[in-house]
Amino acid sequence: MKKQNNRAWFFVLPVLVLVAFNALIPMMTVVNYSVQETFGNNLFFWQGLDWFEKLLRSDRFHASLGRQFLFTGSILAIEVPLGIIIALSMPSKGFWVPVCLVTMALPMLIPWNVVGAMWNIFTLPDIGLLGYFLNHTLGIHYDMTQNPLAAWATIIVMDVWHWTSLVVLLSYAGLVSIPDAYYQAAKIDGASNWAVFRFIQLPKMKNVLTIAILLRFMDSFNIYTEPFVLTGGGPGNSTTLLSIDLVKIALGQFDLGPAAAMSLIYFVITLLVSWLFYTLMTKDDQK
Amino acid sequence: MQKRHIIPLLYILFLMLPIYWLIAMSFKTTGEILSGFSLFPQKLTFDNYRVIFTDPTWYWGYFNSIIYVSINTVISITVALPAAYAFSRYSFLGDKQLFFWLLTNRMAPAAVFALPFFQLYSAVGLFDTHLAVALAHCLFNIPLSVWILEGFMGGVPKELDETAFVDGYSFPRFFTTIFIPTIKSGVGVAAFFCFMFSWVELLLAKTLTAVAAKPIAATMTKTASSAGYELGLLAAAGTLTIIPGAIVIYFVRNYIAKGFAMGRV
Repeated sequence: MKKQNNRAWFFVLPVLVLVAFNALIPMMTVVNYSVQETFGNNLFFWQGLDWFEKLLRSDRFHASLGRQFLFTGSILAIEVPLGIIIALSMPSKGFWVPVCLVTMALPMLIPWNVVGAMWNIFTLPDIGLLGYFLNHTLGIHYDMTQNPLAAWATIIVMDVWHWTSLVVLLSYAGLVSIPDAYYQAAKIDGASNWAVFRFIQLPKMKNVLTIAILLRFMDSFNIYTEPFVLTGGGPGNSTTLLSIDLVKIALGQFDLGPAAAMSLIYFVITLLVSWLFYTLMTKDDQK
Repeated sequence: MQKRHIIPLLYILFLMLPIYWLIAMSFKTTGEILSGFSLFPQKLTFDNYRVIFTDPTWYWGYFNSIIYVSINTVISITVALPAAYAFSRYSFLGDKQLFFWLLTNRMAPAAVFALPFFQLYSAVGLFDTHLAVALAHCLFNIPLSVWILEGFMGGVPKELDETAFVDGYSFPRFFTTIFIPTIKSGVGVAAFFCFMFSWVELLLAKTLTAVAAKPIAATMTKTASSAGYELGLLAAAGTLTIIPGAIVIYFVRNYIAKGFAMGRV
């Protein structure tokens, strides 16, 4: 049992002040905008919940929300199993372990717009490595700026390239914490590889996988810079994800009211889904 | 080598391809890049790098980024340490709610905060300073640090604290000379993540700066659009942004796997 001590608040106070400064004031600003209309010159008019109502009925919002879920769903469906498979097949000790970890973590430490720019020059149809290979070696017509399907494939492959390592590193950390005795016992019992995975490795990885899936969900749901640099939301609106659409409305058209209402709905959806993931994945622990 | 090791090998190959292409591009002249496809640079040139190292708007971009990332890491870890200790050792009024509220800030889309942040930091007169970006990045780095450090501290037996107090240690002395050294790998992992998320973030960093504290990543976007399509220069600047990350990751390489395993997991 932890000691009950309300003076512990003093330890938390600096964190509270800093985060509140960064979170509450901007959040209040957003709430304030979301219920008003402005025509510039700092003139604001009370608008009530109109923006929310309009937004929830707008096709544009539904479309970008749909694209957002499609994107996040796709990358989770690829990155999580792929990350587990890679972690399972990594060497467990020796010289190669740090080499693997360092090279795998590298993509995560590249600034996001550099990631976008890097994939841009990598996929240029005639002079990029991938673009040249697909167009001239394999003979598949590939041009990300023309074909929505190619653009989608590219942003998904880019995200897999960028973030699968997070799942690998976390799963790997879970795997190395399993004592050898477990494997020896499984061997004596004649357990199959699948049984070892299902009853020893997967339960041990569960906590880290929860963190990995949650982090991947939040970050991919909020993704902005990489697809913006790579495709600019195009061709057309085909890769305009939620954040890209939001920035277009807020900073491009300067429609502060609708943008603020969209921000709030966006944030609430992220919170709800994260909470849902979290409760579903930790449900068994409560029993 | 076992047969299964082919999977991580292929994966690493896949990871290295775009990076190789970026580096290869950075040693080509723009003319060579645009004239056609070549796997290796035909005429090796260092001109792109020379431009970056001699032009202050370029190399100051790197300094700016490194300055605000360092300030952010120091602030985040300093305030997160006592908070994580409180969460891991005591139960207090509203502790669970507070912890969850902290984590929700990790979920807030940066795009949502871009405009209000601009107004807030302009209002307090910090716009276009390194401190503004460092403070803004605290929004997601403090919750993450608290989360990671709390996990590490949970792994330290409470008897350590109690013995130290019986031995007559005051709290500050115990905390700085015994407790922090005990969880130093946790501090390493948390600092690594702070560095990483602050280094790679651009939307807020770009919104909060104009000239004096402009990050390298923003300098790149501007150059890409204004100076025509200088792919070679862009590639060289991109290549240089990989280096700080690679250095940091080399230092924490042993902590990463071990660190995760000891921490939250």
